[in-house]
Amino acid sequence: MPLIEAKNLSKSFGAIRAVHAVSFAVDRGEVVGFLGPNGAGKSTTMKMLTGHLRADEGAAVIAGFDVADQAVQAKQHLGYSPEGAPAYGEMTVREFLRFAADLRGLADPAESVRKTLELCRLNEVAAQTIDTLSKGYRMRVGFAQAVIHDPEVLILDEPTDGLDPNQKFEVRRILKEMAARKAVIVSTHILEEVGELCTRVIVIAKGEVRCDESRDKFLARGSDLNAVFRQLTA
Amino acid sequence: MVRREFAGYFRTPLAYVFLAVFNAFAVSLAFFVGGLYESGIASLDRFFLYHPWLWAFLAPAAGARLWAEERRQGTIELLLTWPITVWQAALGKFLAAWLFLACALLMTVPVALTVGWLGDPDWGVIIAGYTGSLLCAGACLGIAAIASALTRSQVIAFVTGFLACFLLVLVGYGVFDELLAGLLGSAGVDEIRRLGLWRNLEPFTLGLVDVRPIAYFLSVAFAGLGLSTIIVERR
Repeated sequence: MPLIEAKNLSKSFGAIRAVHAVSFAVDRGEVVGFLGPNGAGKSTTMKMLTGHLRADEGAAVIAGFDVADQAVQAKQHLGYSPEGAPAYGEMTVREFLRFAADLRGLADPAESVRKTLELCRLNEVAAQTIDTLSKGYRMRVGFAQAVIHDPEVLILDEPTDGLDPNQKFEVRRILKEMAARKAVIVSTHILEEVGELCTRVIVIAKGEVRCDESRDKFLARGSDLNAVFRQLTA
Repeated sequence: MVRREFAGYFRTPLAYVFLAVFNAFAVSLAFFVGGLYESGIASLDRFFLYHPWLWAFLAPAAGARLWAEERRQGTIELLLTWPITVWQAALGKFLAAWLFLACALLMTVPVALTVGWLGDPDWGVIIAGYTGSLLCAGACLGIAAIASALTRSQVIAFVTGFLACFLLVLVGYGVFDELLAGLLGSAGVDEIRRLGLWRNLEPFTLGLVDVRPIAYFLSVAFAGLGLSTIIVERR
């Protein structure tokens, strides 16, 4: 059974058709690079998969649970970091992660917070309020709340956006470490991430899937990935 | 949820400003406008008289952040993708805000103690008055929750909430009644007067704990809570 299933997902905002009949399935061990230009429908698709947006048509299924009808069960299996990694800025990193652990009803929230701080290398800023952190740390905090419960499904909306090369390396390292046990979708428009991180690529443009194939097949399309991207999303 | 939201109020200086303003106005209005001391009566009815006005202003101020702040920060996307229902989140936020307003009210207890020191008040009536005031705060908070769910701007949430609560304060006051009587006739005014905040708080300040005003305040509070939940779910 795939851990993530998008079944014919469609969403419009007024007259604007943001996503149209998007379908795919992601199995355990897969890291899917979700590529597309700005406004292609990546975030809208992710929001429907996570249950934040209700699909006009179609269904999203996480770990066998429909996100509309069995929302709480589906979300228990899901870790999600929205674009820009929003967080409660007035809380310290430790308090924020503790809040996430408590709301998720984890058996030993203090231990989960300790492990996550260590995994995401956040110990040195654990007592700082999130508002005072650099963008790199903020993104890592967003990532940390998404993995605190060690979910089977991880959906990350541009987790490396705006990070410096060292910080990008760090986030990719953590993702690679846990990828084998999870189904992961990472949206990005950094094409180099495909080769370094992903096992499969889905390209979306104008709300429709333009390409869904293995990383190797995608990379074999040409040496200039930017040109490949432009061609696929035109 | 309740713990985070309640603590959230005290993470900014605004909470302390809020508590100070509430207390300053509650005490000043009672003593300087209501003539609590000059009346020579050991009762707090002149103190509670102004509470609908205070709550109409301060409950939307405390409630403006309920959802508007989540939208502004983008954290609503996190909260709604964590494994809790919108209803649980809304209830937690609402209870925390109500608890915060209860703290503001609790800080006015020295007024009651002063009256007790100066005279021999009926403590049952005073407790009933506090209960009514707290319920009135809950009703105003219900309205504030709707206003907050509709926008990402705390200022707009506050102004909208205040105007709606202000309308409920005006209902039951003489000038407004005359205006309504001209439009609806006296029978219509009687019905509408039942919806006024003061009309429902007044029995409590006289020591009359009746089911109808309790039902009224709780209905407004929970209708507001329910409606705000639906708005958040739909948006």
